[in-house]
Amino acid sequence: MKERTIRLTVNGRPYERTVEVRKTLADFLREDLDLTGTHLGCEHGVCGACTVVVNGEAVRSCLLFAVQLEGANILTVEGLADGDNLHPIQEAFWEHHGLQCGFCTPGFLLTLYCFLKETPRPSEAEIREAISGNLCRCTGYHNIVIAARAAAEKLASAGPTP
Amino acid sequence: MIGASIRRTEDRRLLTGRGKYAADFRLPGMLHAAVLRSPHAHARLGTIYPEAARGLGGVVAVITARDLAGVGRIPVRLGPRPSLIACLQLPLATDKVRYVGEPVAVVIAESRYLAEDALELIRADYEPLAPVVDCRRAVEPGAPVLHEAISGNIVDRLSTHTGDAMRALAAAPVRVRERFAVQRHTGVPLETRGLVAAYDGGTRVLTIWGVAKVPHFNRRVLADLLGHPEHLIRFVELEVGGGFGVRGEFYPEDFVIPWAAMRLGRPIQWVEDRREHLMATNHSRQQFHEIEIGVSRDGAILALADRFLADLGAYIRTHGVIVPELTAALLPGPYRIPNYSCEVLCVLTNKTPTGTYRGPGRYECTFVRERLVDLVAKALGVDPVEVRRRNFIEPDEMPYEVGGASLGQRTVYDCGDYRSAFETALAAVDYKAVRAEQAAGRRDGRYLGVGVGCVVEKAGLGPWEYARVEVDGSGHVVLYSGAAAVGQGLETTLAQICAQELGVPPEAITVIHGDSALVPFGVGAFASRGASVAGPAALEASRKIKAKILRVAASLLEAHSEDLVLEDGAVSVRGVPDRAVTFRELARAAVPGPPGMDPGLVATHFFEAPKMTYPYGTHAAVVEVDAETGQVWLRKYVIAYDVGKAINPMIVDGQLVGALAQGIGGALLEELVYDEQGQLLTTTFMDYLLPTAMEMPEATVVKILEETPTPLNPLGVKGAGEGGSSGVGAAIANAVADALAPFEASVTALPLSPDRVLALIRAGRER
Repeated sequence: MKERTIRLTVNGRPYERTVEVRKTLADFLREDLDLTGTHLGCEHGVCGACTVVVNGEAVRSCLLFAVQLEGANILTVEGLADGDNLHPIQEAFWEHHGLQCGFCTPGFLLTLYCFLKETPRPSEAEIREAISGNLCRCTGYHNIVIAARAAAEKLASAGPTP
Repeated sequence: MIGASIRRTEDRRLLTGRGKYAADFRLPGMLHAAVLRSPHAHARLGTIYPEAARGLGGVVAVITARDLAGVGRIPVRLGPRPSLIACLQLPLATDKVRYVGEPVAVVIAESRYLAEDALELIRADYEPLAPVVDCRRAVEPGAPVLHEAISGNIVDRLSTHTGDAMRALAAAPVRVRERFAVQRHTGVPLETRGLVAAYDGGTRVLTIWGVAKVPHFNRRVLADLLGHPEHLIRFVELEVGGGFGVRGEFYPEDFVIPWAAMRLGRPIQWVEDRREHLMATNHSRQQFHEIEIGVSRDGAILALADRFLADLGAYIRTHGVIVPELTAALLPGPYRIPNYSCEVLCVLTNKTPTGTYRGPGRYECTFVRERLVDLVAKALGVDPVEVRRRNFIEPDEMPYEVGGASLGQRTVYDCGDYRSAFETALAAVDYKAVRAEQAAGRRDGRYLGVGVGCVVEKAGLGPWEYARVEVDGSGHVVLYSGAAAVGQGLETTLAQICAQELGVPPEAITVIHGDSALVPFGVGAFASRGASVAGPAALEASRKIKAKILRVAASLLEAHSEDLVLEDGAVSVRGVPDRAVTFRELARAAVPGPPGMDPGLVATHFFEAPKMTYPYGTHAAVVEVDAETGQVWLRKYVIAYDVGKAINPMIVDGQLVGALAQGIGGALLEELVYDEQGQLLTTTFMDYLLPTAMEMPEATVVKILEETPTPLNPLGVKGAGEGGSSGVGAAIANAVADALAPFEASVTALPLSPDRVLALIRAGRER
């Protein structure tokens, strides 16, 4: 089986690993780096549960091979909070009951993380469209939309984030 | 604390990616399994050739039915009946396959990638047989037979009779007859199924991680199938990514993976992929009804007679025939129906076996009944809401015996004010204003519609639930519950109940569930029974331990227990706050404690629930239909639902809105489609469409009612998990029919996808 060595940064930490070329980014994060907060809901790019941030953009880690990520800077859900301090999007999800079983939640958090950077003052319609590529089977999305709006307000009042 | 919308104690770990679901669980030396599934809907299974797969590097074993010779069938959990035994499923196909996706062999390998490689190397001889895919065809003479052990494909017949429906129908001045169909769809949690099994050959302990819903029952099933002592099997629930009825039942893989772990002496993980999930995990809901109602000229219901076919798929699974049974039991709904009959044929077809899905039987029967009531209104020339107002069972008629039974209990509504919930929903949807807007819209070529669906749910299924409360040696309160978590917020809800009694904050209480080593007894998470059965168990156990706390404190403080105040994890003498002892001190002093007391700050309670509760409410939908494209837009949706008492209204609201989304999927989008050869065509999320944020209503109003607390438990809680789904098919179908009234469209089947809506418009125009 063909393997290749890649170097990349995940949640601020540099890694060098040798991986099978056919291994997906999602499996690489989960198995090789033990970052199991990235969940797999469909493995065909529809549900969005496996969304991570690659070089500032939200991507589906089930649709990429790990070897495509040479040199990339990746953020997963494990890197979202600052120690014990939750990110404002995480706080808003907690406050507004934006999660139930929690399986889809990491994908929503990271999708919104990118979206709110691009669109700091979104309308409800824009939020709904932004999360329309993420499936949630528990919440009916209602509280996710409310949480997204609350997070946007909090982030906007806190000023630009790094 | 009870009644407070506090944020959930579960959430921090889930928000930070630290929740461990089945696929996240790892053990050293762990192997991985992949399942070879039948590509045929119906075939004789000949020789399986595993040699090539076994020869692939990294493959440890290939298991077929030959290896499992002598292993029994997976039993029915709810409502076992002798008639069903012959059609129960074996863990691996033997001699014959009966649906696409049936497990034929299991590969165990060093990685999932290698296991899947090996699947491609397994060859099997199949002799294809004619499949029977439509249950209406399966009951005809000469149809292919799935199970030779029963003659034909009708595995069971159910019937319910109250009064004399035929005679009353014959005498009724107005009669309406219609056929209705509900499509095959199912729960589809975002996390697929999965488990890890490990066997310790020294102690002979077999441990299974990733169990859900009914761990104690499933442990017993596994013990029986393996012939291994129950106390040497430990079931451990991890995080559960949604249940909805389908997850946590005992499936073939729940036997094969532990069996293989015992044989191979190494831990094994199996995680279902989404394609497998859609063809292997229980389907639900498919029914075909022929129903007739007789009413007086002023709209009073005189008789209802239904006959329906329930398509159960290829085998009987753990739910037996309870979905059709519940359909028949709850079909009368909130209306006084003196004469009722229902005849059910439970039919097998060459499709994935079925089980419950949130609101089982109620989603189906509510759609059928509420559409029929709208047709009665049309026949009488009155507004649909007037027919309902004419027929509601009144609060002073409670408890109300409906006639019929399900789950071994006569259907007796505990309490309710159906009219009040109905009027609340109509007010919230602003019914009169919608009617006015509809009239104005029609003049402009816009097709608005409003529809209602009245629901009587059932919840709080017993027979009992277990709770134990302890104060540990460090003074922390621990609640052990026999219920299970499926993402619904169980830990928070139970902690609130316990906190109320013990005067400690809910977040300071640890709630432990789903581990058979820590919780010796349990029933589980289904039938909206968390708050309504596990809740009272937690309440009573908390009351018992409170009494013990006060007793030990009285002895330490040399005071009467009536003079003691329990607050913030300590007990003090009223008016003398300095004379106090902490929970920590009390826990240590409680062993052995005062003479005559059971040692230890621990108390157990089994709450018995011999009768179910019947939550109820009304759904109202406002839709706009695009007559050019067939698209249905949800303008507004209202749910008024009486749960008796909401422990945490925020969680109840979340349950109702989440259930609504699933109901919308069933009403507009979701269908498990088979071709004539029995091939499942919807095996991805591009074909099986779950609602996204875009399909949700523009406005959603949820009214949580607490007008009629149930007398059946000390909390008054009825249950909240399912009622948000049950009325959705009904309300949306009625609203679409209302919108399309100018076209005389006949709405009798779900889902109302654009192609079907266009076909209805076309057919209406042609009439």
